[in-house]
Amino acid sequence: MSGKGWIGKLKAGLGKSTSRMTQGLTNLFTKRKLDEDALEELEELLITSDMGLPVAAKLVKELKRQRFGQDVSPEDVKAVLAEEIAVIVATVAKPLELKPQRKPQVVLVVGVNGAGKTTTIGKMAQFYKEQGLSVTLVAGDTFRAAAVEQLKVWGERAHCPVVSGPANGDAAGLAFDALTKAQRDGTDLLFIDTAGRLHNKSDLMAELQKVIRVIKKVDADAPHDVLLVLDATVGQNAHAQVATFLEMVQISGLVLTKLDGTARGGVLVALAEKFALPVHAIGIGEGAGDLRPFDARDYARSLVGLE
Amino acid sequence: MFQSLSDRLTKVFGKLTGRGALTETDVTEALREVRVALLEADVALPVVKDFIAKVKDRAVGQDVLRSITPGQMVVKIVHDELVAVLGGAEGVAAGLDLQAVPPVPVLMVGLQGSGKTTTSAKLAVRLKADRKKVLLASLDVYRPAAQQQLEILAGQAQVGSLPIVAGEMPVAIAKRAMDVGRREGYDVVILDTAGRLHIDQELMAEVAAVRDAVNPHETLLVADAMTGQDAVVLAREFNEKVGVTGIVLTRVDGDSRGGAALSMRQVTGRPIKYLGLGEKLDALEVFHPDRLAGRILGMGDVVSLVEKAMSTFEQDEAEKLAKRIQKGKFDLEDMLTQLKQVEKMGDLKGIVAMLPGLGKMGDQLKNANIDNKAMGRQKAIILSMTIKERRNPDLIKASRKRRIAAGSGTDVQDVNKLLKQFQQMADVMKKASKLGVKGFARHGLGGLMPPGMGGGRFGR
Ligand SMILES: Nc1nc2c(ncn2[C@@H]2O[C@H](COP(=O)(O)OP(=O)(O)OP(=O)(O)O)[C@@H](O)[C@H]2O)c(=O)[nH]1
Ligand SMILES: Nc1nc2c(ncn2[C@@H]2O[C@H](COP(=O)(O)OP(=O)(O)OP(=O)(O)O)[C@@H](O)[C@H]2O)c(=O)[nH]1
Ligand SMILES: [Mg+2]
Ligand SMILES: [Mg+2]
Repeated sequence: MSGKGWIGKLKAGLGKSTSRMTQGLTNLFTKRKLDEDALEELEELLITSDMGLPVAAKLVKELKRQRFGQDVSPEDVKAVLAEEIAVIVATVAKPLELKPQRKPQVVLVVGVNGAGKTTTIGKMAQFYKEQGLSVTLVAGDTFRAAAVEQLKVWGERAHCPVVSGPANGDAAGLAFDALTKAQRDGTDLLFIDTAGRLHNKSDLMAELQKVIRVIKKVDADAPHDVLLVLDATVGQNAHAQVATFLEMVQISGLVLTKLDGTARGGVLVALAEKFALPVHAIGIGEGAGDLRPFDARDYARSLVGLE
Repeated sequence: MFQSLSDRLTKVFGKLTGRGALTETDVTEALREVRVALLEADVALPVVKDFIAKVKDRAVGQDVLRSITPGQMVVKIVHDELVAVLGGAEGVAAGLDLQAVPPVPVLMVGLQGSGKTTTSAKLAVRLKADRKKVLLASLDVYRPAAQQQLEILAGQAQVGSLPIVAGEMPVAIAKRAMDVGRREGYDVVILDTAGRLHIDQELMAEVAAVRDAVNPHETLLVADAMTGQDAVVLAREFNEKVGVTGIVLTRVDGDSRGGAALSMRQVTGRPIKYLGLGEKLDALEVFHPDRLAGRILGMGDVVSLVEKAMSTFEQDEAEKLAKRIQKGKFDLEDMLTQLKQVEKMGDLKGIVAMLPGLGKMGDQLKNANIDNKAMGRQKAIILSMTIKERRNPDLIKASRKRRIAAGSGTDVQDVNKLLKQFQQMADVMKKASKLGVKGFARHGLGGLMPPGMGGGRFGR
């Protein structure tokens, strides 16, 4: 008990009622005027989340307009900022919409190299399988070494069939065959994995367009969803990624992976303002269960450093 | 779109030239713009602050030469400082240090998906070219098919691969790799590890245990050029917990500004050794601080790259093609080659678009009007033909057209359109052959493309 110090003892003894008192005490010591220095600190906090200067500056300016010169605690200010951010991203927090009348609903998964496409498909497969849907995976990355084997492991974990072809084979042809079969079988969800590609490589982007054209031969409405997988550690290049994938393959939604690290994925706020694309899910680990719906409030609070 | 630093500073100073020494006010104002430029390039904030302070010290009181503007002067100072920080005292990093008793262990570490496995194989290819006997070993027992991935790449690189033993743990694998390395006379053993977060204590302890077991001569931190502000955190943590001797920056073939390199270099003090420039195993280059400095500042040494790419493309291809035409040959295979070339120019256009201030070159490329979508379709159609059909387009009749359309995800109409364009081109080629090979090579390929196929010219 001695290690805890007097305030600890007091708290333990008096229970909840003291927590408000200690809160008051800390506020007394830490509350300060929201001045230019404090605002700059806040802007820097936002910048280090990869939000980008323009959006960070705008949010801080808004805060200044509302609260300048007032006595506030750091926690309070952060909470207000988190609220502002939550309002922006709340509009894009939408889970993947299931379309049960589509058999199958075709979900094409795209993105730059190593972003987490294959892993995200594995996680989603497991999730929807557990909801009782029939799910098939298509190993459309015919390029990278052992990409097919990687997806096959995920297929086994989730007990889903994986359609694959020869190494360096034609991804579009594979997608065509897989979709034709899935239609015949009445499969609910067809996830198509694709090779990682940088958005500035026009030949690789054209290849992706071909996959889509060929899919449309089987089902003119497919793919029903085109998910861009973004790595949370990415900086301002995310803008170019989203813009190009949107233009070239009409992505319909985003997944943000690797939020279990120290990167806070702040660029998403700027992306939400600029593109308004739904964020369907986030990745918080390498395991099958490490997929979560995107929660605007949780995201906003962790972005400003509130747990 | 990003503004280059020189554009920004031109705005600050206007067109004033030679005003004597740079005053503190000049510099402060200019450095505000430098700050913005560096943040846009993803340099981490603490590093930006440090850097700005250093530049300020150097810039105040500097004489501005009469021929240039204060803005240009500041850009020069910033650029030089950036090169100095990136290159460090050791100048251009001289690749891997292998001055040790063979087999020399090289440990690869980094976050998930940063490019460790691919870079391991790229290094093997490079070392093999230097007549080193290389063994690749994967310690990634977590990610599905990770060990298989490295085994396949080792096969492609034609270097040794440590046989996979199911269920063996990383430290044991590392020790076995070194044993095999000693027994079989390998010069270098490259140990690829699983991707891990720097805050994952268990996995960081694991890689530290591997380090203690094999005592690597080089430990390379592999990181993505697109990394944002987190670069400082991850680099510091990996360096503190594992000890890093060098950095490899991957995906430099993308269009990110690569500011993470500065962050990581600054916080670890370790040299950037290599750049990854693609997915293929030969896409690894030694690092040049000046090129990266230009890229971070949005000014690009890319000018020379673009020029080089353009000239080799025009010369080689034009000459090859001209020779075929002279023999009276031009088939769909040739057309495919051309489409691919023009597409490459499209990529260049992308690079140029990212880098304002390139002046005429940028405008020329912008005006070249490359229709990526149409070209992708045309390429797909040709690729869906058999080689026989490409060599002899007359073979392509109704049923073949249907097959080709299905294969390429287009309609028979599209196939017809392509064949018609091909015919037009072939006609032009005939005319061109009368001009003579030399004249043709000089005029380049672009001029011969029919409209709608990216018919702009890329002449210099
Ligand atoms: N910590 C963490 N790691 C993840 C997450 N999602 C994926 N990963 C890891 O990131 C790495 C790359 O994931 P992949 O799924 O292979 O990425 P990809 O986009 O398919 O990669 P390519 O096909 O090579 O372009 C793997 O090591 C994954 O385990 C996540 O949410 N958190
Ligand atoms: N464009 C490009 N792609 C690269 C480069 N280096 C690696 N890649 C790609 O990035 C993806 C991930 O590369 P890996 O080598 O599997 O990455 P890793 O760090 O081993 O991944 P984990 O083991 O899952 O942590 C693959 O699709 C590679 O082909 C590069 O320099 N440029
Ligand atoms: Mg993949
Ligand atoms: Mg790997």
